[in-house]
Amino acid sequence: MKRLAIIFSRLIWLVPTLLGLIALVFTISHVIPADPVRVIAGEQATAEQIAALRTKLGFDRPLWEQFLAYIGKVAQGDLGMSLFSQRPITEDLMARLPATLELGIAAVFLAVFVGVPLGVVSALFRNSPLDHAVRVVSVSGLAIASFWLAMELQLLFSMKLAWTPLSGRIDGFPPEPRSGFMTIDAIADRDWEALFSALRHLALPTLTLALPAAAQLVRLTRAGVLEVINSNHVLYQRAMGYPERVIVWKYVLRAAMTATVTQIGLIFGVYVLAGAIVVETVFDWPGIGLFAVNSILRSDYNGIVGFTIWAGLIFILVNLIVDLVHSFVDPRIVR
Amino acid sequence: MTKPRFAVIRRFLRDRASFLGAAIVLGLVFCAIFAPVLAPHPNDIYDFHTANRLKPPSWDNPFGTDRMGSDLLSRMLFGARTTLTICVIAVGVACLIGIPIGLIAGYYRGWVSEMLMRIAEIFLSVPQIVLAIAISQTLGPSIENVVLSLAASFWPFWARLAYAETRSVKNEVFVESAIALGCSAPRVMLLHILPNIASPLIVRTSIGMGVTILNAAVLGFLGLGAPPTTPEWGRMINEAREFLPDAWWYVTCPGLAIFFVVMGFNLLGDGLRDILDPRIRRGGARRG
Repeated sequence: MKRLAIIFSRLIWLVPTLLGLIALVFTISHVIPADPVRVIAGEQATAEQIAALRTKLGFDRPLWEQFLAYIGKVAQGDLGMSLFSQRPITEDLMARLPATLELGIAAVFLAVFVGVPLGVVSALFRNSPLDHAVRVVSVSGLAIASFWLAMELQLLFSMKLAWTPLSGRIDGFPPEPRSGFMTIDAIADRDWEALFSALRHLALPTLTLALPAAAQLVRLTRAGVLEVINSNHVLYQRAMGYPERVIVWKYVLRAAMTATVTQIGLIFGVYVLAGAIVVETVFDWPGIGLFAVNSILRSDYNGIVGFTIWAGLIFILVNLIVDLVHSFVDPRIVR
Repeated sequence: MTKPRFAVIRRFLRDRASFLGAAIVLGLVFCAIFAPVLAPHPNDIYDFHTANRLKPPSWDNPFGTDRMGSDLLSRMLFGARTTLTICVIAVGVACLIGIPIGLIAGYYRGWVSEMLMRIAEIFLSVPQIVLAIAISQTLGPSIENVVLSLAASFWPFWARLAYAETRSVKNEVFVESAIALGCSAPRVMLLHILPNIASPLIVRTSIGMGVTILNAAVLGFLGLGAPPTTPEWGRMINEAREFLPDAWWYVTCPGLAIFFVVMGFNLLGDGLRDILDPRIRRGGARRG
């Protein structure tokens, strides 16, 4: 029952957080610019066009009225039209979301499967040459600009060695779009050639996104394991003669994982969602990050605002899911 | 017997990683200050020699030349200036906004505190770089606007940190006694609480500098940073993109500069945490 109460209170908190998010984006788009209509209309717009647009978009009304209207629109999923594609922003983002999710999920999985074991091993053999090597790699991973790493990987693996494709999601005809995930669609079509092509395209962007995330996970897991391994309950288990293997992989890892799980939401937001913006640009990956950058390049203001709201929404939802998972992994917080 | 303060400094210097971090950061400051002296071709910031464009590294141009034929090393040294200026001011402004808010919200209890922290949390509900992109796109590309957008997206981290730290020392005896002695609230906050929460804030400043350099580079890469002619590492990498794979030095050198500088701030931050943060120092021996 406690868990239900937690879930419920989290869901209730969503409402003010989302309202706050909309207020923040409204401030950036409607209050900060000297003339928001000029920004939305683009650089080529004439004075008459701007005046017409001002009335049409309701910018001549008082600010609070604009804000209420804005909340109403956003709540219905209406983020305005893209100046470039002349389609609703929501439609464009929806069409591109699976590409970003496919990349992001692959990156998080890779980061977890590499970062967590390395962190555990690094902590168990602390101050060994292995530990030092892992720490050097993790410190480096956090210092690399991901757009630069992406280009260096392209230079090495795509241009010099020609092992991986330079950019895009797939060669030849894409499989029938069911889920929007190229790999899953290819499996559904039993099209192994397409699957192989999709995986080859996925390799470098995933690696780029996963590196800083894995580096952060190594650090967190290492610190978490070291803290638990010196705690009283592990001392007790040692005294009781539990095999070291059981202590480490059953008790220490579980306790350390709770610290890591809480960070996965943050990692998704900071390294994967934000990283997608530049990584998708370099690899020409048709996700929402590339959409955001194209909007910047074309001064498509609605596009950037729409992306900001979506990024906030995804981040909030991921954190909500993480909180729920946390309450299952670590029953202490429910009590 | 040596004084404890010197012991701390000695320990810091003995730790190779922290020493390396401090050396890199000092090196960056040195490069930024003496860029006009160190640069082999200081005039290449404004001049270009199209006949000399995209030349690989040589004695005359140690890091090669860029698309305008300017010496890349010279532009990178001036880029250190741009980076350091942007990040010091942005992190400074973020601290000046965030820390007082966190202090006040942590010291008092009530709806004002609640409101302040809610506002900070709303800012945190959007990934920092996304918020910075949205703000700098609204304001237009210039160095001032980069600083502003980075500061506006970074202050909530300081507010949250200062808030949590203030809350944790608020009920300590030394704060209660200061209040009992009749100290005014600003005096308690500034002279009694702030010095006692300074360590984690200082540690975070170093790590925050690294994060901010990476974010500033992303803004530069996306063309939202400094105007086109400004030497800025992120922008250089963006310019170099179309000249791959031939002009490998053009992409690689500015990227390595970002890498080493961010690593320097991160190592310095880790080193500072080991000596400054008492909670971790207590477990320091065990953590190895």
